Amino acid sequence: MLSFDLTEDQEILRKSVRDFAEKEVAPVAAKLDEEEKFDLDLVRKMGDMGFFGPFVSEEYGGTNVGYVSYIIIVEELARVDGSTAATVAAGNSLGIGPIFYFGSEDQKRRFLPALCEGKRIAGFGLTEPNAGSDAGGSQTTAAFKDGRWTINGSKIFITNASSDLTSVVTVQTVTGRKPDGRPEYSCFLLPAGTPGFTRKKMTGKLMWRSSDTAELYFEDCRIGEDAMLGSRGAGFHQMLKTLDGGRLSIAAMGLGGAQGAYEAALKYARERKQFGMPICKFQAIAFKLADMAVEIEAARNLLYKACWLKDSGKPFAMEAAMAKLYCSEVFGRVAREAVQIHGGYGLMKEYAVERFFRDQKLLEIGEGTSEVQRIVISRAIGC
Amino acid sequence: MTSGREKGGIHSGGQPGLSQPAHGVYNPPLPAGKPIGPGRVWRFLSMEIAVLVKQVPDTAEVKIDPKTGTLIREGVEGVVNPEDLNAVEAALVLKARHGGCVTVLTMGPPQAREALLETLAMGADRAVHLTDKAFAGADTLATSYTLGKAVEKLGPFDLVICGRQAIDGDTAQIGPQVAEYLGIPQATYVQEIEIRDGVLRAVRRLDAGTETIETPLPALVTVLGSLNSPRLPTVPGIIDACSSKDRLSVMNAADIGARAEKTGLRGSPTVVWKTETPKSERRCEMLKGSPAVQAQALAAILKKRNLS
Ligand SMILES: Cc1cc2nc3c(=O)[nH]c(=O)nc-3n(C[C@H](O)[C@H](O)[C@H](O)COP(=O)(O)OP(=O)(O)OC[C@H]3O[C@@H](n4cnc5c(N)ncnc54)[C@H](O)[C@@H]3O)c2cc1C
Ligand SMILES: Cc1cc2nc3c(=O)[nH]c(=O)nc-3n(C[C@H](O)[C@H](O)[C@H](O)COP(=O)(O)OP(=O)(O)OC[C@H]3O[C@@H](n4cnc5c(N)ncnc54)[C@H](O)[C@@H]3O)c2cc1C
Repeated sequence: MLSFDLTEDQEILRKSVRDFAEKEVAPVAAKLDEEEKFDLDLVRKMGDMGFFGPFVSEEYGGTNVGYVSYIIIVEELARVDGSTAATVAAGNSLGIGPIFYFGSEDQKRRFLPALCEGKRIAGFGLTEPNAGSDAGGSQTTAAFKDGRWTINGSKIFITNASSDLTSVVTVQTVTGRKPDGRPEYSCFLLPAGTPGFTRKKMTGKLMWRSSDTAELYFEDCRIGEDAMLGSRGAGFHQMLKTLDGGRLSIAAMGLGGAQGAYEAALKYARERKQFGMPICKFQAIAFKLADMAVEIEAARNLLYKACWLKDSGKPFAMEAAMAKLYCSEVFGRVAREAVQIHGGYGLMKEYAVERFFRDQKLLEIGEGTSEVQRIVISRAIGC
Repeated sequence: MTSGREKGGIHSGGQPGLSQPAHGVYNPPLPAGKPIGPGRVWRFLSMEIAVLVKQVPDTAEVKIDPKTGTLIREGVEGVVNPEDLNAVEAALVLKARHGGCVTVLTMGPPQAREALLETLAMGADRAVHLTDKAFAGADTLATSYTLGKAVEKLGPFDLVICGRQAIDGDTAQIGPQVAEYLGIPQATYVQEIEIRDGVLRAVRRLDAGTETIETPLPALVTVLGSLNSPRLPTVPGIIDACSSKDRLSVMNAADIGARAEKTGLRGSPTVVWKTETPKSERRCEMLKGSPAVQAQALAAILKKRNLS
C-alpha cells in the first residue's frame, strides 16, 4: 500500500533538527549573514549532532540513515537559514559524497571519519572561470611525469573550500585526450596545504553570505598517484553522479527555505492589522498564502519521492533534476510573496524574509542552473 | 550499585528521623561508595534514577471539548512535556558523574511511545511505557498511584525526577503525590541538584529567593526549566534508540501489580464538573473633574475594591 508515513526515527530526527536550528542557528543567522562569517563552531556543533555522513556506512564514521533522513536534516536547517543548510548540503553531497562513492579504501579511511564528525569539511571543485554550465570545458590540467601529477589551473565558487576546517578538495582536471580526441577527465583529492595549491575566500556575495566560498589556484601543484580519485578517465562520470545526489540536497534547501518563508509570512499576516483587521483576512493576501501552501506540499512530495527512489536503489536522476528545479522555483515564488506580505518591513534586515529572499536566488543557479535542469529533464523525456 | 543491593527487593531500616518507606522503596544504608581522592570525599559509584515524563500536546493553547469538558488531544502532535526534558537532562548529568542507569517512565496512550524514544535518543538507558485501557481517564490520584506502583516494581531507585508541572494538566501534583505514595522525601521547584556522600542537596526556587535543602536518598525531586538546558537527540542517538528492541518495554496494570479499581477513571475521585477558559472582561471608566477630584474618586474606587 502507498504510504506517506515517515519512520519513527525520521519523525524524531525532524523534531531534533528543528530544535537545533531554532536554538543554535536562528539567534545568530542574521549576524553571521551581515558579517559574512563562516562560523567554525557552528559546524562543529552540527558535527556533534551527527549531521554529516548520512549516507556513509558506520565503518567510516557515518550514520547511514539514508537520503530521506539526510533531506530532512537539510530541509529543517534551510527552514531557518540558507547558509547553514548550504554548509551541510555541500559538505555531504559534494565534500563527502565523491570520497565515499569513488575513493579507495585508503582515501576513505584517511578522510571520512573526521569529515563525518564535522571536525573537518571538504569541497568539490568543478566550476572554473570559463567552465560553468559547460563543465566539460574545464581548463585545469594534470600532467603525469616520473610517478607524480602536476596540476595547473583554477576553480571558482567552491563551497566549503577556504576555511581552516577544510581538509581536502576534490578537483576535476583534464588528464589528456581520449582515443576519439575528446578530453579525458580525472579527479584528484587535494589536501589543504599541498604546495602549489592556494585557496582564497570569496566575499561580497548577495546570498549564502555565511557559507564559505573559495577560489582555488593550482600552480605546478605536485601530488602522488595515490591522490587520484578512482581511476583515470572516470572524472566526468564521477561529477555527474555527484551532482545527481547534490540536486536532492539543493532541492531540500528550496523546500526548507520555502517552508520558513511561508511560516514567517503566515504569522505576520495574522498579526499585522490594517483597515481594522489582520491582513490575512484580505483575500488578496489569503490566496497568496493558500498558493504557497499548495506549492510547498507539491514540492515536498516530489522531493521525497526522488529520495525514496534513491534509497530504494531505483533510477532517480530525472526526478532529482525535477525536484531541484521545482523546489528552487517554488522557494522563489514563496520568498517573493513573503516579502510582499511583509510590506516595507520585508525589505528590512530585521525580518528573516529579507534574507530568505536573497538566499533563494542561488538555488536557481548553483549545481546546475534552472536552464540546465530543464535540459536534463527534456533529454530524459525524449526531446 | 552500592554493595548488598537487591533488585526489586524490599528493605527495612531507613534513615533515622525519616518517614519509613511504606511501599518497599529502597532506603540505602549510609553511602558505601569508594573513597575518591584524599580525605573524606565519598561519592556513589552508581545511581539508579527514574524519570517520569508525560507526553503533552504541542500547543500553547490546549483546546477543550465544549460538550465533554475534556481536553481535545486528537490531531495535535505530542511532545515531551518541556520540564520533563530538564528532568531527563538532570538524570543524564548525574549518571555521567556518578555512573548508573537512567530509566524513563510514562503512563499514556500508545502514541506516548514516541516521547519515550526521544528520551532514549537523548541517552536514557531504558524506557518503560505504562499503557492499559484501565489507565484511561486518570486524575492525579490515579496517575500517581499507577506511577508509584511502577516505580516500586522497577526499582529500587535512588532518585526519582519529575518535571515541576505538565503544560496541559498543569496541576504540579504528580511529583509530590508519587513521593507521598512511595513514602520518600521530596524537593519541589528545584533549580540546582548535587549529590554528595549519598545526600541530595537541592536549591528550591521560592516566591522570594531560594531555599537550599538536604535530604538522604532515596528521594524525589521536581525540577524547573531553569535547572539546565536539555541536550538534543543526535542522529546516532536517534538511530540507536529506534533500532534497539530491548531498551523500551511496555507494561500494563497487571505487570506492575496495580489494582484496576485504583487506576484510570475508576480510581479517580475527581469529577470534572465544568472546564472553561476564564474570560477576562475589562471595563473602562473615565473620571471627570479637576485633578484633585479625579484623585479622590480614584482613591475611593481602589478602596472599595480592596486594592488600596
Ligand atoms: C555560492 C556559490 C557556491 C557554489 N558552489 C560550487 C561548488 O561547491 N562547486 C562547484 O564546482 N561549483 C560551485 N558553484 C558554481 C555553480 O555551480 C555555477 O555558478 C553554475 O553551474 C553556473 O555556472 P556559471 O556561473 O559559470 O554560469 P554560466 O554557465 O555562464 O551561465 C550563465 C547563464 O547562461 C545559461 N546557460 C548556460 N548554458 C546554457 C545552455 N546550454 N542553454 C541554456 N542556457 C544556458 C545559464 O543557465 C545561466 O543563466 C557555486 C556557485 C555559487 C554562486
Ligand atoms: C480537574 C481535572 C480534570 C482533568 N481532566 C482530564 C481529562 O478530561 N482528560 C485528560 O486526559 N486529563 C485530564 N486531567 C489531567 C490528568 O489527570 C493529568 O494529566 C494527570 O493526572 C497528570 O497531571 P498533570 O498533567 O497536572 O501533571 P503534573 O502534576 O503537572 O505533572 C508534573 C510531573 O509529573 C510527571 N507526570 C505527570 N503525568 C505523568 C504521566 N502520565 N506519566 C509519567 N509522568 C507524569 C511529569 O514528570 C510531570 O512533569 C484532569 C486533571 C484535573 C485536575
